Amino acid sequence: MTYEKRLDGRKFDELRPMEAKVGVIPNAKGSASFKSGKTWAIAAVYGPKEVFPRFLSNPKRGLLRCHYTMMPFSGSGERIRPGNSRRSQEIAMVMTKALEPVIDLSEFPNSVVDIYIELPQTDAGTRCAAICAASMALAHAGIPMKDMVCAVGVGKADDKVLLDLTYKEEQISQFNEASKGQPATDIPVAMIHNTKEVTLLQLDGEISKEDVMKSLELAKKGVDEIYKVQKQALLDFYQGGNQNE
Amino acid sequence: MNKQTVLDLAAQGKRIDNRAFDEYRSPINIQTDISWTAEGSVRVQIGETVVMAGVKLSLEKPYNDTPNEGGMMVNVELTPLSSSRYESGPPSIKAIEMARVIDRGIREAGAIDVKKLCVKPGEKAWFVIVDVVTINDAGNMFDSIGLAVLAALKDARFPEVDEETGSVNYKKKTDVSLPILREPISITVYKVNGQLLVDPIVEEEDVYEARLTVATDKDGVVSAMQKGGNGPLTLEEIEKMVSIALEKAKMLREKLD
Repeated sequence: MTYEKRLDGRKFDELRPMEAKVGVIPNAKGSASFKSGKTWAIAAVYGPKEVFPRFLSNPKRGLLRCHYTMMPFSGSGERIRPGNSRRSQEIAMVMTKALEPVIDLSEFPNSVVDIYIELPQTDAGTRCAAICAASMALAHAGIPMKDMVCAVGVGKADDKVLLDLTYKEEQISQFNEASKGQPATDIPVAMIHNTKEVTLLQLDGEISKEDVMKSLELAKKGVDEIYKVQKQALLDFYQGGNQNE
Repeated sequence: MNKQTVLDLAAQGKRIDNRAFDEYRSPINIQTDISWTAEGSVRVQIGETVVMAGVKLSLEKPYNDTPNEGGMMVNVELTPLSSSRYESGPPSIKAIEMARVIDRGIREAGAIDVKKLCVKPGEKAWFVIVDVVTINDAGNMFDSIGLAVLAALKDARFPEVDEETGSVNYKKKTDVSLPILREPISITVYKVNGQLLVDPIVEEEDVYEARLTVATDKDGVVSAMQKGGNGPLTLEEIEKMVSIALEKAKMLREKLD
């Protein structure tokens, strides 16, 4: 037993407190803000509109494109240089793949739906928060969807399988005195809410097959709770009228 | 909205949203400390326009020609998140002009005592970078960004420095604020069909003939100006514009304190 109590006092299967809202960017077709603890993602959807460059357009269906940006002051260390990095481009790509299975752009041939994500502050789980926000923004934009996509980081810090790791838990050996110094394992997961089919899965660390499966079971629990928060935010918007701050 | 409509209304002394020419939209909100990862941060809202700004500090070697000084820079990201008019990629000339005008209004105005940013002459000094990110561009980016930069600088606290290694510990903040000497507030006055107005919405920005950004401090001292737009301005117009800027800066300063 080396990780007895989580650094922020949560239970091992407990998510961070969430805050969600849609309609935060009046200029966009759809928009959403999703906060999980100290990680915050804002998403805006523009389109469907004509594709540039033209050769990317598909005459059978519309194209989905994600753009992921950490604000220059949103990292816990030094300033992040603005502009695309290899990391941000890869995240944008896996986000697109995570969302594509639930949306239907067959009515919009030769067009594109762009999703822009900006993160004002981060504490791990940024691609998951980004996917949660993007999914809400797509729904708010009225893009045909068969379900919501919910995403959460799971994994292992020392001997414990955890839901929704923070930055400190991903670096557990630095912060837990009783740590054996093994690297933590971080597994971002996105699932289609109803079917629990996995649309994003990445892993970094050292972990047994059994614990991977245990982690994914935990992700299912997280996904159900995230879905409730996403749905409530959409209901609040349509029932409470337009609440642009 | 037809461009001609905006111009015709202006000629009649009216605006599309029925505001007076010298009237700002509401609400005007300034919310600080919105990002735990920044040394100082703010969300500024004027009407439907929203921007966020964050300050990051770093210890660097001073420039050779100013060995006793730190430095400061403003960067503006006009994000495609905030308007369908902006595209991803390197900063546009619009973003560069905006950052430069705000930079001039704050840095060149001596708002920050850069000598006090020096830790060890010729070796180590603090450099301050303020990044502004647009969230919803519904007009008047100039004033929103200027206000956000100033509010973020005021909100900033130095991070701790490890005494042994000399490296910055960004996880821990001290309670020491930046050495702020003056607090210039920029107001941009627009000329639309001969009329002078403030806080334009996008439709008004699309048809303006000229604009003048004026930065003034609390004593009414002008610290920076920049004229923009294709049309000329008469001296009478400039005098009126500076007067409007002084009056409106006072109003925004009250919101800031």
